[in-house]
Amino acid sequence: MKIVVLVKHVPDAQFDRHLTGPGNTTDRDESILSELDEYALEAALQLSEARGGAKAGNEVIALSMGPAGAVNAVKKSLQIGASSGAHLSDDALAGSDAAATSLALAAAIRYLGTDAPVDLVLTGMASTDGETSLVPAQLAERLGLPQVTFASSLDVNGERVVARRDGDAHSDTVEATLPALVSVTDQINEPRYPNFKGILAAKKKKIAALTLADIGVDAAQVGAAGSLTAVETAEARPPRTAGTIITDEGDAGIKLVEFLAAQKLL
Amino acid sequence: MAKALVFIDNPGAALKKSSLELLTIARSLGEAAVAFNGELNEDVAAALGAHGASLLYRPSATDLDDYLVAPKAAYLAAAVAASGAETVLLENTADGKEIAARLGVKLNAGVITDVVGVDADGTAHKSVLAGSYTTTAKARTAVAVLTVKPNSVDVEAAAAASTPETVTIDVPADATAAAARITGRAEKPASGRPELTEARIVVAGGRGVDGDFGPLEELADALGAAVGASRAATDAGWIGHDYQVGQTGKTVSPQLYISAGISGAIQQKAGMQTSKVIVAINKDAESPIFEIADFGIIGDLFKVVPQATEEIKKRKG
Repeated sequence: MKIVVLVKHVPDAQFDRHLTGPGNTTDRDESILSELDEYALEAALQLSEARGGAKAGNEVIALSMGPAGAVNAVKKSLQIGASSGAHLSDDALAGSDAAATSLALAAAIRYLGTDAPVDLVLTGMASTDGETSLVPAQLAERLGLPQVTFASSLDVNGERVVARRDGDAHSDTVEATLPALVSVTDQINEPRYPNFKGILAAKKKKIAALTLADIGVDAAQVGAAGSLTAVETAEARPPRTAGTIITDEGDAGIKLVEFLAAQKLL
Repeated sequence: MAKALVFIDNPGAALKKSSLELLTIARSLGEAAVAFNGELNEDVAAALGAHGASLLYRPSATDLDDYLVAPKAAYLAAAVAASGAETVLLENTADGKEIAARLGVKLNAGVITDVVGVDADGTAHKSVLAGSYTTTAKARTAVAVLTVKPNSVDVEAAAAASTPETVTIDVPADATAAAARITGRAEKPASGRPELTEARIVVAGGRGVDGDFGPLEELADALGAAVGASRAATDAGWIGHDYQVGQTGKTVSPQLYISAGISGAIQQKAGMQTSKVIVAINKDAESPIFEIADFGIIGDLFKVVPQATEEIKKRKG
């Protein structure tokens, strides 16, 4: 089975994040592998291992699009267990919105399928920076693949993909046949950590450096120029300031209600 | 006059408030029309007219719900073409965003999600990076696709009600060709409380509730609030994952957010820090939640919360 997992290098949410790059883009210093992509990688590794792993010819390719530093998301994925990596990087990609990103990634996935076809594209439920959840659905549309998104369980039996999608009012069973695109939630598994052996092994694994020319995409179709939306203004929200803090002396519940009444919230 | 098309998936027996909000925004942009999927009863049709829908579109197929997202996007693309709409408005749910995503590719239209306000010129307002920035964004294309969060506008009925005609849109023959099928559905029991993302008040609990959401549910019912939870509480299995507020759960911005027994780590803050008023109850005075609380109580939630519930009941008589 040949699986492509999309991994994104995102600003670490543990620290302050800023929209101070050109054209109101995200400042990408201090970036890490997006936490939500670790679930997709884990799902891919489990599928591969259940089929005998790399020895049995299964492939898990970690693909990232982003500036030079984004290769670290690929390297981390190799340490965790992906069999090879691909890093799509080109100055012209800077400032790409979801439409431009999905266009470039679709071309990169087609490129990775030239020698042997890709059976499954796996992604996280959203990136932890943009948080739009648009790219998986747009990739399915562009690649003409069945879309099995927000999967909180995933089972692949032969060509048949079965997943559970939990909504607010109901929980659905979704079925498709391979090749397919699947996005997974943080409920699907417990991602593993890289171990010492994995870190050593990763050094021998290959990372393909891809440019727009390699994947046959014109520079005008991507980046800020090719994006279909533009962020016109970005303002840091003034930090919330702490209000009144009291210590309970037996009447804090009543004081709370008095506060709510004063705020006209009752 | 500019035209805006609102997508309503399965309007059901009565329109949701979020659907009426989309119609209110559509009218502020120009002439409003509605593309729906599923059954449309007479009361709902009348309500759509009262809220200014000039025309209704329905799909030629009745099996769109048997598939995940894809054929609904194909139907909506055909409805956009028929209506000549420049703006398409959808709910900001998982389905809504994904239909918008595919519609954007089909129509080469810019898609903006998580919108909290739309100006008359189509500029969309958003809150991003866990509420730390507010941005304005605009589609650069002939058609703009926006998914709008609940409670973004006050619902207003149209000055004059209309009696809209219904036009059937042919769903393209290949719409279901590569679509994933929905082969099973388990309905979840309704809590009887408001929907988390639409509620005016949210009462949320975390690790500190130690498995017992009872006192928080009673406070929520006294306030007419929805119940939410931190990831620690949902991961512990004390409450369903649907109730999770935070980076990987739901983002809420109610008038009032009452946080009990939640430390307020970044994961949680990401889902609630744009709430208008934040009240925090926690035993630990060092909890980061107190840094963003308008009113904080250092104390035991099992004492403070029931006392507040009693006091509210007394005042409400």
